Amino acid sequence: MAHSAAAEPTRRDFLYIATGAVGAVGLAATVWPFINQMNPDASALALASSEVDISSLKEGESVTVKWRGKPVVVRNRTAKEIADAKAAQLSDLKDPVARNANLPDDAPATDANRAATGKENWFVMVNVCTHLGCIPLGQEGEYNGWFCPCHGSVYDTAGRIRKGPAPENMAIPVYSFMTDTKIKIG
Amino acid sequence: MSGPSTYQPQHPALKWLEARLPILGLVHSSFIVFPNPRNLNYFWTFGGILAFMLVAQIATGVVLAMHYTAHVTLAFNSVEGIMRDVNGGWMLRYLHANGASMFFIAVYIHIFRGLYYGSYKSPREVLWILGMIIFLLMMATGFMGYVLPWGQMSFWGATVITNLFGAIPLVGGSIVTWLWGGFSVDNPTLNRFFSLHYLLPFMIAGVVVLHIWALHIPGSNNPTGVSVKDKQDTLPFHPYFTVKDALGLVVFLIFYSYFVFYLPNYMGHADNYIEANPLVTPAHIVPEWYFLPFYAILRSIPDKLAGVIAMFGAIAVLFVVPWLDTSKVRSANFRPLYRQFFWIWAVAAVGLGYIGAMPPEGGYLIAGRILTVYYFAHFLIILPLLGLFEKPKPLPVSITESVLGHGGAAVTAGAPSAPQTK
Repeated sequence: MAHSAAAEPTRRDFLYIATGAVGAVGLAATVWPFINQMNPDASALALASSEVDISSLKEGESVTVKWRGKPVVVRNRTAKEIADAKAAQLSDLKDPVARNANLPDDAPATDANRAATGKENWFVMVNVCTHLGCIPLGQEGEYNGWFCPCHGSVYDTAGRIRKGPAPENMAIPVYSFMTDTKIKIG
Repeated sequence: MSGPSTYQPQHPALKWLEARLPILGLVHSSFIVFPNPRNLNYFWTFGGILAFMLVAQIATGVVLAMHYTAHVTLAFNSVEGIMRDVNGGWMLRYLHANGASMFFIAVYIHIFRGLYYGSYKSPREVLWILGMIIFLLMMATGFMGYVLPWGQMSFWGATVITNLFGAIPLVGGSIVTWLWGGFSVDNPTLNRFFSLHYLLPFMIAGVVVLHIWALHIPGSNNPTGVSVKDKQDTLPFHPYFTVKDALGLVVFLIFYSYFVFYLPNYMGHADNYIEANPLVTPAHIVPEWYFLPFYAILRSIPDKLAGVIAMFGAIAVLFVVPWLDTSKVRSANFRPLYRQFFWIWAVAAVGLGYIGAMPPEGGYLIAGRILTVYYFAHFLIILPLLGLFEKPKPLPVSITESVLGHGGAAVTAGAPSAPQTK
């Protein structure tokens, strides 16, 4: 039998392939729930938002709030920090994209696109290094912006990556000014 | 595991069992009469030591799990409860935590032994690859176990290691979210790590069975690298190697106990006695010591994706060593050049471990880069070329000759037989 089957595909060959295909689809459909259960559950997905009162923040002061398990820094930047950030040319930047969730994905990483619209002293950022997720220290490093102690990534005063292994600027979350002294993150 | 058994049970009950499940014959042929090369040195006792450590880790781990709570608000305190309240809990936890380090010390000696004596070469390639799979499973288990106490190093180690997968193009972000079960390392992460930390040792045990099976097909390599040719080249596993393994194990346990009872936190980090805080990264994050060489390779490369590829590549390259080494001679004892390059590589690998513990700046960064390049050059350039250019020393005719042949004694076929004294 095995010798005669070589020439022409038989009904049995068709049944083998059909059975195997149905089995593979069934297996994949069965495995998927076991994989998918590890994705964020409904409570983690519920888009939490945090409100921050910034009325007491003087120039040069920051506050850190927890949003989706991550620290978000809100900073009232000094005039020098703003000037330093504006002085950087786009060609000097390792990542030329703003990474600002409030702007289009391809917005350039100018200081205006990183800081709050129309309030350039206010700066809101997810304070998580884009290399491996450590929390960079504020007002440190070569650019006096942020410095990651884990693997030495250096960010400027607009949270843009300037040196080290991190690939991207630190993320700007979705946020809005509810009043002049209150910010809603998320 | 090694051919038909010569086991002949005498007792009727054992005969009855053997006819139905020949398990006693399997044990007899694998661990009693199994022929081992007669010239094995003490580096060959680490296989048995590793088997012991796996059992010890499972035993201490199972009882620790009876007192541990895998929840972000309770985990840290439950570990402190084990240390202070549970009867003998401090000892069980120190045995388990230091046991992980001892397991890695033993496995690194075992791997270095294999590299020095060419134990990965034909016909032992599958044996070597199974060993490397065990090594990977051990690293995953050790990493997840270190997260469970939920201290600062636990949390930030978990954050850094899981973020490695974020370097994968396109799907990296989704994979990291999937690993975390959220948008940062949090309670779902801790829960699944506990589940997997409990599972993986049993998967290791399964691969260990395959590893021993693959070992018992060609039998053990030996310090000469010359294959067993005759019965007189071997001695039965029991009593010769059971006793030798037992002595090696006892000495190793003294070393292990010294750490457990006198330096229990020497290989840990003080920061891990601070409860995890997602808002503050410790000033100096370092992984467990057994990851340091790979961590140094990761940090040597100033690009996220390339760094991650290099780090995993440092382990992946070990899988293909049997095909990178072109030399026909197994043992470095008869390879004058490889012997030197092996030790240079060993110093480079340990040096990477030292660099991994230092801050990533200045001279450390430069030294790390040089050593990283050398680590890969050893496997990808030196090993393939050595086999072509090196002139090996003459090999002994047989294992027996290498044991008894020195001192000018003429060795003729079959003349010196294994000592029959018992």
